Amino acid sequence: MKFSDFVKTEAIKSELESSEKEGVIRELVQSLVDSGQLDDGDKESIVEAVLKREELGSTGIGRGIAVPHTKHPSVPQPVGTVGVSVDGIDFQSLDGEKVQLFFMLISPPDQPNEHLRALENISKQLQDETFCRFLKQSKTAADIQQILEEADDNQFA
Amino acid sequence: MVQMPMSDQYRSTVVTINNPQGLHMRPAYLFAETAAKFSCHVELVKDGNRVDGKSVIDILTLGASQGTQVTVEAKGDDAESAIHTLEGLLASGFPAKTGDPPAQ
Repeated sequence: MKFSDFVKTEAIKSELESSEKEGVIRELVQSLVDSGQLDDGDKESIVEAVLKREELGSTGIGRGIAVPHTKHPSVPQPVGTVGVSVDGIDFQSLDGEKVQLFFMLISPPDQPNEHLRALENISKQLQDETFCRFLKQSKTAADIQQILEEADDNQFA
Repeated sequence: MVQMPMSDQYRSTVVTINNPQGLHMRPAYLFAETAAKFSCHVELVKDGNRVDGKSVIDILTLGASQGTQVTVEAKGDDAESAIHTLEGLLASGFPAKTGDPPAQ
């Protein structure tokens, strides 16, 4: 699975405004609503589900990266977005570092393998330090979109 | 100073992923966290891809779905006990803790 299969360009946030965990999750979900990927009526239920998942253990996997996610019946296939926080946010990450780079993923509960394919793609690309550095330095959504396209073309692998 | 002999204890086991959700993020995290409690080197192998069993990101790159066979390899002093524990963890299917919402 490629980024273009689940990351919606219109939902990318190059400058997250929130300064705390719940705020960032709300901002990313709102962005998916605004770009037409999620229904406004499902917003609160999705935010709550993502926050509940964080309670099981932070999705801040280290090196300034977090993958907040949940499964939700309102989506027909995995949908996601990318957000960058210039200053970084305390996300109770495994390594205690602030998180600058967010990959949000909402997957349908009845497609566990599609969810795994999306996580597989994200984690493979995140292993490349150049990819991560470029994303953290991005100033605009168009920059981020271009980096994701280059990753899809295996330019970092 | 007495030179300690290098341990060459090596253990491995093949496990079939049995939970319907596969090795998604929470199981990957639990596996890496458990592996990190041992001093030995732990690796997971699937279809020739070999990754660090103590890294969540590495484990997620395997995309190991239900029914997939993975080999767990451990090398070092506590390899035997690491393999025993990790095999048990994979076989448990990663049940959610009592009172937790369903695994996601």
